[in-house]
Amino acid sequence: MNPKRKQKLILVCAMVAGAGIAIALLANVFKNNIQLFYTPTEVAEGKVPDGAEFKVGGLVAADSVKRIGDGLTVEFRLTDNGETVPVRYTGILPDLFREGQGTVSVGKLNSDGIFIANKVLAKHDENYMPPEVADALEKTKAAGESEKHGSNTVLMQ
Amino acid sequence: MFRWFHKLASLKNFYRLAEILLPWLAAICAILLVVGLYRGLFVAPTDYEQGESYRIIYVHVPAAWMSMFVYVVMAFCSAIFLVWKMKLADIVAEVSAPIGAAFTFLALSTGSLWGKPMWGTWWEWDARLTSELILLFLYIGYMALRSAFDNRRTAAKAAAVLALVGVVNIPIIHFSVEWWNTLHQPASITKFDKPSIHISMLIPLLMMAVGFKLFYIVNMLSRARSVILEREANTAWVTERVKENRL
Repeated sequence: MNPKRKQKLILVCAMVAGAGIAIALLANVFKNNIQLFYTPTEVAEGKVPDGAEFKVGGLVAADSVKRIGDGLTVEFRLTDNGETVPVRYTGILPDLFREGQGTVSVGKLNSDGIFIANKVLAKHDENYMPPEVADALEKTKAAGESEKHGSNTVLMQ
Repeated sequence: MFRWFHKLASLKNFYRLAEILLPWLAAICAILLVVGLYRGLFVAPTDYEQGESYRIIYVHVPAAWMSMFVYVVMAFCSAIFLVWKMKLADIVAEVSAPIGAAFTFLALSTGSLWGKPMWGTWWEWDARLTSELILLFLYIGYMALRSAFDNRRTAAKAAAVLALVGVVNIPIIHFSVEWWNTLHQPASITKFDKPSIHISMLIPLLMMAVGFKLFYIVNMLSRARSVILEREANTAWVTERVKENRL
């Protein structure tokens, strides 16, 4: 390769590498800000901003959804299969909201340690299948679970 | 191999090759898009959880893939242009930018339409959505930078540098859902794993993906032909073609 082109090729590679390193360093500095939400464990450890609005993400714990009073207010517990955070929300829930589903709640902790959400978002997973397949999977899973004495196999992504 | 490469790089030969390929590629593209859309929107089963709304993936996912693919093509061509001064590479990068921007816009807008009923929000500043938005700005910046110079060579060089620097955004978009916690779901189809989408839904999706890719190629080739004509307007072969009335 002629030396001038070689030099240019090296220059181009160095430019891309340099930009990559710069972005990597930036991303590392802002790591916590890029995370969309805190996990219930982080909430329990007190890593969340005090008195300010933040987001908590986790699975809606099984049998924890309760509608109270006016029928618009919902209470549920968010879990990451370690810690749980109780959440209270008044408003319309997204279509995908249900027990066992990943959700992200936006709001503040009150003095009783209850998370008062002003927005609840549903998180979807990457699985797509027809209902019949989902049913079949559910059946085999249920069969497997009764063998394992009902151990909880739901894992947080 | 190198001789073939040189031959292709000549604008005249590329113009001719594109002329021959275009009708075939366009026909295959049209068939794939029509059949893929029909099978995706009417034949594929509904999703167990999202119902009918999931069908947005037949447009959203191919558009998002293409938004990244076109950028990689653009950056690759920019590198070739900077190092080897290959004119054709510059032209391909130039005409790819608006197509890539359109794919990015399509991915963002269809995602937003799906996000409202499913997630409960039109927009969320999570890593995937934000990095895809930055990609749109990169495309727009690339086009703006190119048209900001009067001198074509300077414009081409500056734009190529921007395209190359911006390429770091591509792995960020791709891995954002793994590196950080986001609202956007992780990929359903990866190279090394069994796809987590049912086969009856996957086939139309792949048809749409190939259809979108051909759509890009057809669009890129016909745009490149126009740019070649413009740049080579004073050459003998263009004059001859104009005389014979076959452009």
